[in-house]
Amino acid sequence: MKTFFTVLGASIAFFLTVAMVGLTDWDRPPLAVHQNGFRGTAMAQVHTRDAVEDIRDANRAPAPADPAEPGEELAGTTYENVQVLKNVSVNEFNRLMASMTEWVSPEQGCTYCHNTENMADDSLYQKKVARRMLQMTQHINSSWKENHVGGAGVTCYTCHRGQPVPANIWFTQPGPNRPGGFIARNNGQNLAAPSVGLASLPYDTLTEYLADKTIDNNAIRVNATTALPTSKGKPIQDAEKTYGLMIHMSEGLGVNCTFCHNTRAISNWSQSTPQRTTAWHGIRMVRDINGNYLEPLLSTFPPNRLGALGDVPKVNCTTCHNGVSKPLNGAHVVEAYPELARSAETASAADPQAPVTAPPVTTSPAPDQPAMPAPAPQ
Amino acid sequence: MAYYQNIFSEVQVRPTQPEHGIPVDVDKRWGTPFNSYLFGLIGNAQVGPIYIGYLGALSFACGLIAFEIIGLNMWASVNWDPIQFVRQLPWLALEPPRPQYGLKVLPPLAEGGWWLIAGFFLTASILLWWLRLFRRAKALGLGYHVPWAFASAIWLFLVLGFIRPVLMGSWSEAVPFGIFPHLDWTAAFSLRYGNLFYNPFHMLSIVFLYGSTLLFAMHGGTILAVSRFGGEREIDQIVDRGTATERAALFWRWTMGFNATMESVHRWAWWFAVLTTLTGGIGILLTGTVVDNWYLWAVKHGVAPSYPQVYPPVIDPLSVPPTTMPGGAP
Repeated sequence: MKTFFTVLGASIAFFLTVAMVGLTDWDRPPLAVHQNGFRGTAMAQVHTRDAVEDIRDANRAPAPADPAEPGEELAGTTYENVQVLKNVSVNEFNRLMASMTEWVSPEQGCTYCHNTENMADDSLYQKKVARRMLQMTQHINSSWKENHVGGAGVTCYTCHRGQPVPANIWFTQPGPNRPGGFIARNNGQNLAAPSVGLASLPYDTLTEYLADKTIDNNAIRVNATTALPTSKGKPIQDAEKTYGLMIHMSEGLGVNCTFCHNTRAISNWSQSTPQRTTAWHGIRMVRDINGNYLEPLLSTFPPNRLGALGDVPKVNCTTCHNGVSKPLNGAHVVEAYPELARSAETASAADPQAPVTAPPVTTSPAPDQPAMPAPAPQ
Repeated sequence: MAYYQNIFSEVQVRPTQPEHGIPVDVDKRWGTPFNSYLFGLIGNAQVGPIYIGYLGALSFACGLIAFEIIGLNMWASVNWDPIQFVRQLPWLALEPPRPQYGLKVLPPLAEGGWWLIAGFFLTASILLWWLRLFRRAKALGLGYHVPWAFASAIWLFLVLGFIRPVLMGSWSEAVPFGIFPHLDWTAAFSLRYGNLFYNPFHMLSIVFLYGSTLLFAMHGGTILAVSRFGGEREIDQIVDRGTATERAALFWRWTMGFNATMESVHRWAWWFAVLTTLTGGIGILLTGTVVDNWYLWAVKHGVAPSYPQVYPPVIDPLSVPPTTMPGGAP
């Protein structure tokens, strides 16, 4: 009896040890720790050295195409049906088209968007989406330059990485199919969703916070601003949603909470790092992109490109960042393509064909006054 | 027949007649006692008979109802798929009502009604079990140390699931029934109320919790170390000090200049354990009801230190007038 239990106990201990060592996600030393706050505040980014190198290698920006030959001819006069890049020289235009093919559809080639019989033909939905994405890229590089993307800017490659559909897009999460009736609802959580780092936090926090361009600017904030209660505060459920969004940002950027926050006082701005301001604008930029550039493409996308609830594919922090705090390791990708940094307003002004959509109604001069986005093509 | 065992005993004592202990007035014990080798490894080898009584039976029934409501709702949430139930079990939960229901006594079952019913039966089960402990302690002529210690834990349980939600005016403030969900709730609770670590009662609770483990290790270690001299007869040695007590006391007097007694160490341990949940419950009760942001409270009262600025001033973008924010910010 005793021998039996000794053997049984030892085997259980052995298998548990094997499972613990072999099945979990261990970080093997050496660790690379980068301190980013005052000593004693535990503000530091912790990675393994291997992971730092792997992620750096995975986010190398491609070399820009050779500069185009100078030329006076404009694409808008030489080619038919050029709407966004009218004022770009023919050589620049062709160079950009070649680069776009490399960035977005290297395997499919020009035919992914173009009818090669007639390059001006708009019959493929991909071409209409690409045109809108060009306007979006110009908008990001001009309107969001100061507050978010800086001199690095973005190109198609920032998100696409050689794939027609970027790897990190998202749709509204409908949640599990449930029996309904009097069965308790899950309150939109408890699903081990990747978007919240497999926590049991609300799984569709992105739809609320990143897809709604008219959301209240204080929606994410849950902390009281006074020590003692002055009015009815926000419920803990709101804190869970914010927590879920923050986990998404943390995973998307490959950083921990202390990259932006001094975690002893998460909501306190004066103790935060400058990155928090950049991230704050980034949240607004994502709402701008989703609300003004992707939502209007709903009728352009074929059904198989839409989500389970028929919603358009959307972007979040990970779409560009891909696990690093500066996309493509901070390379200034837009410098070699100045036509992508042109303001979108100019592009739309030069496009009488495109119908003018009504600007978003703003009843108050809030600081979130959006820059006028370029209208969507039909 | 007095005998003592500890976890390292090589010998398991198995009396030919099961022990029945002292005679008591009301003795409604149930079951045929038997000896178990496995139990003998960690404690007394004799199992049963057990006292059930109507309080025990009611408590068990209420606990079972709560367990079934929680478990079946979790199982239903994965469409009654047994594999998914096991796989996702740590993530599943029975959630309290949403904020809009406030303190409504019975919202629709799907909207938190089940949570309230489960909470009612779980609370009933725990309170009945407390009564049972109290009455059995009385029947045996014991002090009430165990029931009062359990009451301290029940205090924290009631604060979290009943008293604080009532004071906040919403069941949604209570904790979900679930493994990861209640942990995420705990983290979100601290985030919502400006960092619970600045709550002085949370600080006290941590001191008593960690202090309990320290006392437990010191006491357990001491008694095991002198058990070769009969030290595990510690209760006898409270009044009849033997060499084990002398050596244990001398050990601590040598190493830290002061020693507990065979009796006082148990009072230390009991108070540390009881104060863990007592202070913790006070800390939770004050959160949201009296204090809304513990960090700001700590700054106000000189608890939180300030650190030098290492970055240029970072200001809330919402506090900046829109004209100074070119580039658009939808």
